[in-house]
Amino acid sequence: MATFNLKINGKSRTVDVDPATPMLWVLRDHLDLPGTKYGCGIAQCGACTIHLEGNAVRSCQLPVSAVGKSSITTIEGLSEKAEHPVQKAWLEHDVAQCGYCQAGQIMTAAALLKRNPNPSDEEIEAQMSGNICRCGTYVKIKEAVKSAAKK
Amino acid sequence: MNNDENALDRRSFLKASLLSGGGMMLTVSFLSSFKSADKAEVLNLPDQWAALNGYIQITADNRIKLICPNPEFGQNVMTSLPMIVAEELDADWKNVTVEMGPHDNVKLGPQFSGGSNSVKMYWKPLREAGAAARQMLRAAAAQTWNVPVGEVTTKAGVLSHSSGKTAQYGQMAAKAATLPVPKDLVLKSPKDFTIVRKSRKNVEGQKVVTGKPLFGLDYRMEGMLIAMIQHPPAFGMKLKSFDAAEALKMPGIKDVFSLKLYEEGFEQAGFDTRTFNDLLVIAGKSTWEVMNARKKLVAQWEPAGEVQDTMAGRDGKRVVTVPGALESSQTQMAKMAEYAQKPAQELRKDGDPETAFKNAAQVIERTYTAPFLAHNCMEPMNYFAHVTDEKALLVGPVQSPGWIEPTVSKLLNLPPEKIEIQMTRMGGGFGRRAYNHYLSEAALISRKMKAPVKLIYTREDDMTYGIYRPMYTATYRAALDADKNLIGFHVKGGGIPEHPIHANRFPAGAVDNYLAEGWQIPSNITVGAFRAPRSNFNAAAEQSFLDEVAEAMGKDPIQFRLDLLKKAKENPVGKNNDYDADRYAGVLELVRDKSGWGKPGSEKYNRGVAAYFCHNSYAAHIVDIVTRDGQPYVERVFSAMDCGIVVNPEAAENMVQGAVVDGIGNAFYGALTHKDGAAQQTNFDNYRLIRHNEAPKKIEVHFVQNDKDPTGLGEPPFPPVFGAVANALYKNKGRRFYNQPFKPELDKVM
Repeated sequence: MATFNLKINGKSRTVDVDPATPMLWVLRDHLDLPGTKYGCGIAQCGACTIHLEGNAVRSCQLPVSAVGKSSITTIEGLSEKAEHPVQKAWLEHDVAQCGYCQAGQIMTAAALLKRNPNPSDEEIEAQMSGNICRCGTYVKIKEAVKSAAKK
Repeated sequence: MNNDENALDRRSFLKASLLSGGGMMLTVSFLSSFKSADKAEVLNLPDQWAALNGYIQITADNRIKLICPNPEFGQNVMTSLPMIVAEELDADWKNVTVEMGPHDNVKLGPQFSGGSNSVKMYWKPLREAGAAARQMLRAAAAQTWNVPVGEVTTKAGVLSHSSGKTAQYGQMAAKAATLPVPKDLVLKSPKDFTIVRKSRKNVEGQKVVTGKPLFGLDYRMEGMLIAMIQHPPAFGMKLKSFDAAEALKMPGIKDVFSLKLYEEGFEQAGFDTRTFNDLLVIAGKSTWEVMNARKKLVAQWEPAGEVQDTMAGRDGKRVVTVPGALESSQTQMAKMAEYAQKPAQELRKDGDPETAFKNAAQVIERTYTAPFLAHNCMEPMNYFAHVTDEKALLVGPVQSPGWIEPTVSKLLNLPPEKIEIQMTRMGGGFGRRAYNHYLSEAALISRKMKAPVKLIYTREDDMTYGIYRPMYTATYRAALDADKNLIGFHVKGGGIPEHPIHANRFPAGAVDNYLAEGWQIPSNITVGAFRAPRSNFNAAAEQSFLDEVAEAMGKDPIQFRLDLLKKAKENPVGKNNDYDADRYAGVLELVRDKSGWGKPGSEKYNRGVAAYFCHNSYAAHIVDIVTRDGQPYVERVFSAMDCGIVVNPEAAENMVQGAVVDGIGNAFYGALTHKDGAAQQTNFDNYRLIRHNEAPKKIEVHFVQNDKDPTGLGEPPFPPVFGAVANALYKNKGRRFYNQPFKPELDKVM
């Protein structure tokens, strides 16, 4: 066990865990931030996507010991009241079916639009392809990403 | 099931009461609109499900709380069911909040999400619940204003009288709650709907996009332990012994023990399908610690041999022998081919098919296969349990709390009233969460550990533990006479461990000489309902076959089907044809017209069509394939649906689009194979699911507009996608694809 001081959603948080613990489980089990989801544990589905210094990363493959001073943003910190343009677009297009993967989809889309405010269809597909939606809301997700890009 | 048998005076089941703080609570129990004909679709519904109930709460300050009776797994019932109540209540949707109901089959009805039944079965009872409350509010206003009740009107939650008097529902709620429940209810005409048929956003959308704890996996309780189960490496194996010494030394680990799910002779109900009975359990403080320590478990496994299961479902008590062999997909395929040659059970026969085939000028015969499929809900199976000697609290994802409660009651030896099952939002269901062995397992683990416990399946556990879509095959034969008329049709289907045949489905009823047969092979690989059970294979095979028959007859595939449906309508063959030929034809005509089928403008596409009827709704798709980077890619899809009144159009469109994507994905990639009893796919790195870049760019969904009572949408659009994909692939590759998934075969011919 070791103590880690983390910067999460703009706040300082301290945890005492095994250094190998993936951020996914630090967030979910130790910091009461369950918005970040477990889907596969091997970086194949994207449900656990968070931002590390603004970049979308799979938190199931990010050991807490590798975070250092980098700032982390989770879905809870993107905007608590759903005011982020991507969250707004998700509501406007009523994207969710079961909703389980959507936090990861939103985090990937938000990072994509920050880097590339006007992505082409192909860029959206390429960037979003690491995020699986078992309900198949891909058409609505693409519409939502495009409409968020306009804002 | 059958309402008439249980007919009770409506008034005896309507109860109004005062809310603390001066509001109204209307508890309504109405007779279900279930018809016994639906039995086959929804599998084994318990008999006592005749009575349905609903909840409406109106506070003095005009807040309206509607209780959703059915579990939510993405079909959007938390929005659509309350919309139905609000419509007849004439509420202002802006003032409505929705809450998931507790598990209470007496007050809230069946509470079963599955079989595409939620909207269908709750349509009438929830309308009546809303109408009764509205009527009582009008009566309260009439008394208060001293005017005839007939002169009190409502609009968007406001009561009015021509004298100028108005009141919000909240102002009259307390009085309304003291009034007798109306005997005769007048329901709105569909043309007067103001909420139903208008798109309403998902009532939990805000919580979804802000990451609120909605799911079973998100549920926590102080002092809660995390448990996992180490299961045998293969179907047909069982636990022999284990050594937990190393695992117990790992940080955070509390205990390692073995546990039997069902004791010998335990009477399993229809949905008590177990995966493995001897459970090796490891429990500790946190998920990661348990995952890690699990790797240190040393377990010996041995062949389970033949096992006897005692089933006590609707068909009475019977002992089922589960075979002991370690099965492999290759040998399963060979066995299916062997069984396909043997005599099978006759399921339906019209005319004289034998003679028709003997006299045929041409016989077309094709065989189709499909593998096991894993449901792969994005939220793996999990359940929270806190069981003490006195009571049990169980929280998590469940499609059918009323089915598992009697089982848990027997397992824990606690009366049902001491068992509280809470339904969390589910991260997908697709039929998988109708089999709640994981809830039972969690309850037993909690009782053993005397602590609150959450049982979590890892993705690998979830994928390899079973409850798959069965493995299927079917051989179709068509007899054509010298003039290329279809004179005989024969389907013989089988599977592991069940056959897929719906004997009374189209084209039954449209062909003079018809034969349907089925056979099955027992297996120790567990199976369960998977989005449109059986139909999800039939539609693929049958709709591909019909495409080929139409081609042999020189007919357009849509016109060919329409001609058959015309015959089925005007001159039906046989009895019990379970589809409405007009509605079936309706979706084909709609998709034909909307997609520009046969018209100029779609030359760049290889087009495939398919249609199907299941779970009370009609679906037709046209799939448009292009070649992209040398690979066939479904770029565009047109869908037509007839599910009667569309309660929530935007959500309905989403559901159909999702089913189309799901169908394309499973048609190309879906497969769960076995080697020596072990699943060969364990996670999303080797079980391929469809991704963004493989989904169509456009899925245009059209609904037949009519005023028929609504039927479901979760399943019906799914099955015909497979057939439409197969038929479009034929146009793209110039050869037919008979074995799902199509991708491995495509790779071979590329």
